[in-house]
Amino acid sequence: MKKIKLIEIAHGRSGDKGDAANIGIIAYNEEGYKIIEKHLTAEVVKKHFEGICFGKVERYELPNLKALNFVLHNTLGGGGTVSLKLDAQGKTLAAALLRLELEIE
Amino acid sequence: MKEKIRIASGQGFWGDLINAPYNQVFGGEIDYLVMDYLAEVTMSILQKQKSKNPQLGYARDIPELMKSTLPECKKRNIKILTNGGGVNPVACANSVLEVAKQLNLNQLKVAVVLGDDIKDRIDELINLGAELKNMDTGEHISKIKDKILSANVYFGAFPIVEALQQDADIVITGRTTDTGLTLAPMIYEFGWKKNDYNLLAAGTVAGHILECGAQASGGNFLGDWKSIPNFAEIGFPIAEAYPSGEVIISKHKNTGGKVSFETVAEQLVYEIGDPKNYITPDCIADFTTIILDDLGDDRVRVYNVKGYPETEFFKVSCSYFDGYSSSATLTYSWPEALTKAKYADEILRKRLQNLNLNFDEIRTEFIGYNACHGPLSKQLDEDDINEIVLRVAVRSKDYNSVERFGKEIAPLILTGPPSVTGFAGGRPKPSEVVAYWPALISKELVHHQVKIYEV
Repeated sequence: MKKIKLIEIAHGRSGDKGDAANIGIIAYNEEGYKIIEKHLTAEVVKKHFEGICFGKVERYELPNLKALNFVLHNTLGGGGTVSLKLDAQGKTLAAALLRLELEIE
Repeated sequence: MKEKIRIASGQGFWGDLINAPYNQVFGGEIDYLVMDYLAEVTMSILQKQKSKNPQLGYARDIPELMKSTLPECKKRNIKILTNGGGVNPVACANSVLEVAKQLNLNQLKVAVVLGDDIKDRIDELINLGAELKNMDTGEHISKIKDKILSANVYFGAFPIVEALQQDADIVITGRTTDTGLTLAPMIYEFGWKKNDYNLLAAGTVAGHILECGAQASGGNFLGDWKSIPNFAEIGFPIAEAYPSGEVIISKHKNTGGKVSFETVAEQLVYEIGDPKNYITPDCIADFTTIILDDLGDDRVRVYNVKGYPETEFFKVSCSYFDGYSSSATLTYSWPEALTKAKYADEILRKRLQNLNLNFDEIRTEFIGYNACHGPLSKQLDEDDINEIVLRVAVRSKDYNSVERFGKEIAPLILTGPPSVTGFAGGRPKPSEVVAYWPALISKELVHHQVKIYEV
């Protein structure tokens, strides 16, 4: 089992839609995209955000941009001005996902 | 027909760099200046301002900006498109006309798009069969009807096109989609039709790239961000659009920032859901068909976008009053900074409990440790951290509970753990919580009007 730090192969951006956050993750190259396409599943992301994301995680593929988009429901403490979080709009969640280490064979 | 047009993004939100629109106008050739001022929270703030003064309710940066840019725009026939009219586009237009008079400009046509504000039509629309169900929860609008602060339909590009066809120099709208501002001049200049879905989608994608200002040209870039040159003088993005739907994203020469595959790609994935179904009032764009071609020299070609027919609904955004909230911070220093902050939090919570106050939520974050990434934050040596900011926030339907919370912060300085500072701003006051109610409404129930004002 080999481990790869997501931050070494990808970048991204995150934002809000109501109480859901979206995280777009973009691989730096095709090889990186193959890795995230295979290993960065909705389940892996959901587990990574345990205690932060309390809803389902949806994954969408954008191979044209070497990117994956994740929508994390029930994540921003109510969203908008309801949320008491410092990061009520999920601006730092893309960086939080880049903390992940992927296990690849 | 023009061979190409250059559309410049001047503002990514209300509060963005004040000089950005000025720099777009004076920094090089452009044909259109588009400015997005409206976030969801902005509409309720503007509605509140209008309820206090019927002459307010729009982005008041606009008249100020006009003083410095209007004569040049008029001279070079640069048209200005903005949704900064907020909940009072007519007052915004009047303020612009006032500036034009002061500058002795004449033959200036300002168009206003009306009809998006349905706050006073809710009962009428319900009677007409609109349910305005909450898109997330499915609940009926009647649940919040009496607490509504603002209610606006998102219009697309076509009302602006109508205004341009009437020779408007400036188009001021209320709640128009950010993407519609950029798409409209392409439809107008290139004669695109309502069923040219691929072209409408191409313009929509360009709009998505431009709508957050410099976020497409190096700002907030999470890749190799230190490689972005000259953030201080960052250039805002420009879409060079062609009749074929091809768009080249660039920025003015001699500005900071960077336009590359990576910076544009980051903006493309910003605040999207299903990329195959990017829904706007004008069309549905398929983001998985976009091809980005980095041409170097801060130019990225965007093409091959596929689009599909628009839906039969407009999106509606209602904001409503939902109680009060407040937050406060205190800073603790080494030694044992984090331990002190945790103690202070416990003391505060015990006191709030003893007072029998009523909160829907109390949230504690330790800035410098876990405020951004929560449980994902790296464990630190609690005894050795230099300093920690304790941030506590509360929310309640009960004003008095939130107000009392604000009075329990400063006492911690003399009645809690030591080496604490950073409480100079006075007692935090309760602020009103504004919640959102996203809904859909049949396009048949809402109609826009275009009005022209001139000097």
